[in-house]
Amino acid sequence: MTIPLFYSLRNLWARKLTTVLTAAGMALVVFVFSAVQMLDTGLRQTLIATGQEDNIHVTRRSSNAEISSIVDRQQAAVIETQPEIALDANGVRLVSKEVVVLITLPKRETGVATNVTTRGIGLQGFALRPQLQIVAGRSFQPGASEVIVGSSIAQRFAGAAIGSQLRFGGREWRVVGHFAAKGSAYDSELWVDADQLQQAFRRNAWSAVVARLADAATLPAVQARLSEDPRLTLDIQSEQRFFEGQSKALSNFISYLGMTLSIIFSIGAMIGATITMYAAVATRTAEIGTLRALGFRRSSILIAFLSEAVFLGLVGGVVGVMFASLMQLVHISTLNWQSFSELAFDFVLTPKIIATSLAFALMMGLLGGFLPAVRAARMAIVDALRAV
Amino acid sequence: MANAEPAVAIRHLSKSYRRGGQKVVVLEDMSFDIQAGDFVALMGPSGSGKSTLLNLIAGIDRPDQGELRIGGIDINVLSESELADWRARHVGFIFQFYNLMPVLTAFENVELPLLLTELNARERREHVQLALDMVGLADRVTHYPSELSGGQQQRVAIARAIISDPTILVADEPTGDLDRVAAEDILALMERLNRELGKTIIMVTHDPQAAQRARSIKHLEKGMLVD
Repeated sequence: MTIPLFYSLRNLWARKLTTVLTAAGMALVVFVFSAVQMLDTGLRQTLIATGQEDNIHVTRRSSNAEISSIVDRQQAAVIETQPEIALDANGVRLVSKEVVVLITLPKRETGVATNVTTRGIGLQGFALRPQLQIVAGRSFQPGASEVIVGSSIAQRFAGAAIGSQLRFGGREWRVVGHFAAKGSAYDSELWVDADQLQQAFRRNAWSAVVARLADAATLPAVQARLSEDPRLTLDIQSEQRFFEGQSKALSNFISYLGMTLSIIFSIGAMIGATITMYAAVATRTAEIGTLRALGFRRSSILIAFLSEAVFLGLVGGVVGVMFASLMQLVHISTLNWQSFSELAFDFVLTPKIIATSLAFALMMGLLGGFLPAVRAARMAIVDALRAV
Repeated sequence: MANAEPAVAIRHLSKSYRRGGQKVVVLEDMSFDIQAGDFVALMGPSGSGKSTLLNLIAGIDRPDQGELRIGGIDINVLSESELADWRARHVGFIFQFYNLMPVLTAFENVELPLLLTELNARERREHVQLALDMVGLADRVTHYPSELSGGQQQRVAIARAIISDPTILVADEPTGDLDRVAAEDILALMERLNRELGKTIIMVTHDPQAAQRARSIKHLEKGMLVD
């Protein structure tokens, strides 16, 4: 049998201040560790939610983003006539040929002009995005210079109120409605009639073509056929895959930066835990000698001190995750480098993040407490008992 | 007893330390027996080797040479963890500064050695209550060491020492940190353990009055028995 756990816990309680400070150091690291993952998860969920599973998304090959993509009329026509494309109730092909441009709008709080994605959509554009709903006002009239505004833009940008005028593409556009798209990237966009946007920006080609497949399983066949077509130099992907790709640069940056920071901070926190535990071993040398004399083995001493350190880590982990969970209330709006435009997303806490954060905290405790615990376990009994 | 094996049999025991590159002999070729049920006081000036001898008998230090049989077991041949298990079963410790765990109550301190036995929680509780009753602290079970006087702490320590019914009790200056009255009290208790319960006690002490309470006294000087 080993030394009871409450012996370790009560010793932590007996030196409350040191325990609290050491655990606070770990909590800080865990906070950063989990907040970064929450940010990354939020970003990816936003962009993945943007794409529909059975939609295909077509852009110029290697363009990486819609604003740098050109799909000309002939190419669009080829896509449009693919037999796998679904029809709506009226027998119309579910295809939207879209124009994407960037305009600048001043942020409400700072007044700084920021790029906002403006999407001109075809008639079927709404049918292809069932997640989108008009929450205020109405949709734009085809053929009119009217614009509807995504919910994140409506909140954060000046001049997006219903009834106000926005000036871009050499003309005035009237804001006639607000829409919400379930936290997807569309919430950070302006939508207008595609033909109007084409004329305003003097485009004679599209940025992207979006179409619904009657059966999502036919995607590989469509991809294979179109990629062999010499007329087309296009990327054909599922819409979900396309938007997932849009998160890559920012997501990689967040996770690399976050992991680097967490690892550097965690070294600091582990050194803190090591110092705390060395001090604990030093002040309890006589106790260690006594326990050994009473017949507790070296391994019991090792486990007792390791448990103490791991519990420190656990306290740090729980507190860190608790504070990180508060970050769910924070809404982030920042520039997505892939699309060069504003993108709003949330911190999202998942069970996986909680588990990895707690595991990370326990590991910090374990590693931080290891050397002191080994020292405690290796003490000669006679020497330890002399240290009264 | 018919085949009266001594509780402690010491043969040609030697122990030396290295201090600053110099070899310091602490015990030299020592041989003697302690019979079961004896109460032996080890006396001698500082550095005479009495504490070292006690540590060797208690199995918390190893001799350089010689044989050490406690209750018929040659403890020199035991491995580190075997020796730990042996101590748990056969040795009760009483220290000068009591060495109680400050974060554990009197009850939990006394219970500690029983955690190394097969006893279940209920049996352990009965044993602990009996032991605390015997040392007169039945009403102090939930007190922490810091809430007890020195004499009371030493009585808790004695309860802890006898709880697993060990072969020998070793006491290193058990009254060294106590005032006269408390010291008398502790010595009377140890005498009782020896006379009424037949405990074999080996006690290191400076104090001639404490030594008087023992059945026999052994004097050490420069690592050797002088009488």
